[in-house]
Amino acid sequence: MTSMPASAAPSPASGKSKYTLSAKLPDATLHKWLRDLMLIREFELKTMAAYQQAKIGGFCHIYIGQEAVVVGTFGAVNHDDPVVTAYRDHGHALARGMSARACMAEMFGKAAGCAKGKGGSMHMFDKPNWLFGGHGIVGAQTALGTGLAFAARYEYEVLKTGPKKVCLSYMGDGALNQGCFHEAQNLAGLYSLPVIFIVENNGYSMGTSIERGTTMAHNLCLKAAGYGIDAIQIDGMDVMSLYDQFKPFADKCRAEQRPGFVDLKTYRYQGHSMSDPQKYRTKEEVAKFQERDTIMTLSNYLLNERKSLSEAEYQKIQADVRDEVKDSVEFSENAPVPELSELYTDVYAEPMPNLSPSGEYTHGAKNPLL
Amino acid sequence: MPQLTLVQAINLALAQEMEADPRIIILGEDVGKNGGVFRVTEGLQARFGADRVVDSPLAESGIMGSAIGLAMAGLRPIPEIQFEGFLGPAYDQLTNHAARYRTRSRGAVTIPMTVRVPVGGGIHAPELHSDSPEAIYAHTPGLKVVMPASPYDAKGLLISAIRDPDPVVFFEPKRIYRAFREEVPEEEYTVPIGKAKVVETGSDLTIVSWGASVLQCIEAMDKLPEDISVELIDLRTIYPFDQDAIIESVQKTGRCVVVQEAPKTCGMASEIATVVQEHCFLHLKAPVQRVCGFDTVMPYYKLELEYLPNAERILEAVMSCAAY
Repeated sequence: MTSMPASAAPSPASGKSKYTLSAKLPDATLHKWLRDLMLIREFELKTMAAYQQAKIGGFCHIYIGQEAVVVGTFGAVNHDDPVVTAYRDHGHALARGMSARACMAEMFGKAAGCAKGKGGSMHMFDKPNWLFGGHGIVGAQTALGTGLAFAARYEYEVLKTGPKKVCLSYMGDGALNQGCFHEAQNLAGLYSLPVIFIVENNGYSMGTSIERGTTMAHNLCLKAAGYGIDAIQIDGMDVMSLYDQFKPFADKCRAEQRPGFVDLKTYRYQGHSMSDPQKYRTKEEVAKFQERDTIMTLSNYLLNERKSLSEAEYQKIQADVRDEVKDSVEFSENAPVPELSELYTDVYAEPMPNLSPSGEYTHGAKNPLL
Repeated sequence: MPQLTLVQAINLALAQEMEADPRIIILGEDVGKNGGVFRVTEGLQARFGADRVVDSPLAESGIMGSAIGLAMAGLRPIPEIQFEGFLGPAYDQLTNHAARYRTRSRGAVTIPMTVRVPVGGGIHAPELHSDSPEAIYAHTPGLKVVMPASPYDAKGLLISAIRDPDPVVFFEPKRIYRAFREEVPEEEYTVPIGKAKVVETGSDLTIVSWGASVLQCIEAMDKLPEDISVELIDLRTIYPFDQDAIIESVQKTGRCVVVQEAPKTCGMASEIATVVQEHCFLHLKAPVQRVCGFDTVMPYYKLELEYLPNAERILEAVMSCAAY
């Protein structure tokens, strides 16, 4: 599933770029996007391999196909804008700046992981990068996004200790049907909170296609309208056109301190989790989306249309991300498992006498990888 | 020193803490304009503004989830859930999120949140408004659970809870919200979480109780024969509970009766009885007795007082334990 070499990709139909805002971004930004997209893709490929070799425990949800979503939306906001997401969260962690080592080691259950191997695949936390977690309960994280936005607005307007922020609250389309999400939207609309609910609409909640699971699947924006929330539908398969549409929307939410809703059409090439027989869709359907793969589209633009990147530079990025991910796997394999005493740490701020009959309570050391 | 009810003591603690710390935000159903379903937050919105005392819709999952988000960002939210039965919709947020973030993020993300919840029976409410679910939350690692039985303790424990770096479920026994007054200092003070209080000292038998039942225990003790000396311990904190105080007392008296409103099976009384047999086995002169609610759904008000432990049932247990 690595991206098609750019030289084999179809060339653009016309000389005039279809991109607007993103075309004006510096080369370095777009090259970084390409690298992030390729890093996530490569990381997920190696994650799958490690899972199949039983090196990763728990459950594992692969992001391949949806990479443009995080790279394009993060590109449109500030680093200190808080982010909360669901359990398909490796891409969010990497795109926010978590090291591949910390992310991979977490899944390996090793002490060097972002949460010392206590969280696993679904629970990527990276507070220095304003990532407030992947979350395993479908839809429940959306209310946390509402609260983070409340805090941001409170810090800006009442305490006067922070800038105008906007919180990005990601979710899958399955979360559309959870009660908590409707409470979160109502509160955000009612209190006018700067939170953008980004539905990573990959068309399936596990094995159930969206039209079998939710009403108004053809126009989700009308759902948000019921909560007085401005909504926009964006095609999420091309990172640059995604940015072109998302950037002004996010800027408006920030400026007006209002909530937003984005129906972001995307697609996961892999199954829901690593144990998904995928009886609910055809290979042809998957192939149709792969024809519009974001890495292929962006690399093609940079190589052939913008001509800011040479073939050699592209190959260098590919080699670099391979090395980085390979290093993260080797690092994780060799990293120590958490000390037994970790069973008793980080439950409460202060020691508790009856956490364990024998365990000495300690605080975890800071993770140098974050 | 002012004589305050439990409601007034909590209101005073909230006001003083909000005055001292602008990061504190109260949110819940009718907490602002109406001053809360039991008027606990009366006057706070007028004093601190609608930005800090926030009326929310009837949406417990949303309230709890938003409060957790606020806490993640470094603020000090105090959500109010109107009745313990309404914790149901917020249970997911409380147990799957709030309780676990310190562990899940290895201490990077913490939830300094105090969830205020009126609890227990005795006010003629229907069953969903009269339960005692403290053991459920004590059984959730990551949460602390507190239940005061007096205005003085309510103020001091609430201030401790608000300042605590971890999520605290602060249960307020509604039966004694306005049952009596006692002297509560005007100035701020704390009552430590995790410390029980010896209400009465005694030498023959130890009663352990908490919440509104402490009052029923006192009533029972007034009816005791002169020659039985009973020590009464108010647990005050359900988790982490004060094992040392219980062990020390029962090693002295050799007899123990535990009184709780909650259903008998798998309640805190069972846990306390276990701790007693683990640590006081050779001191015991009688089996530990439990005086509890029944393993039934809390009844509607006509039968409510039959369900709740009363002075007669407590007295009966104390006498049989003493005579064993």
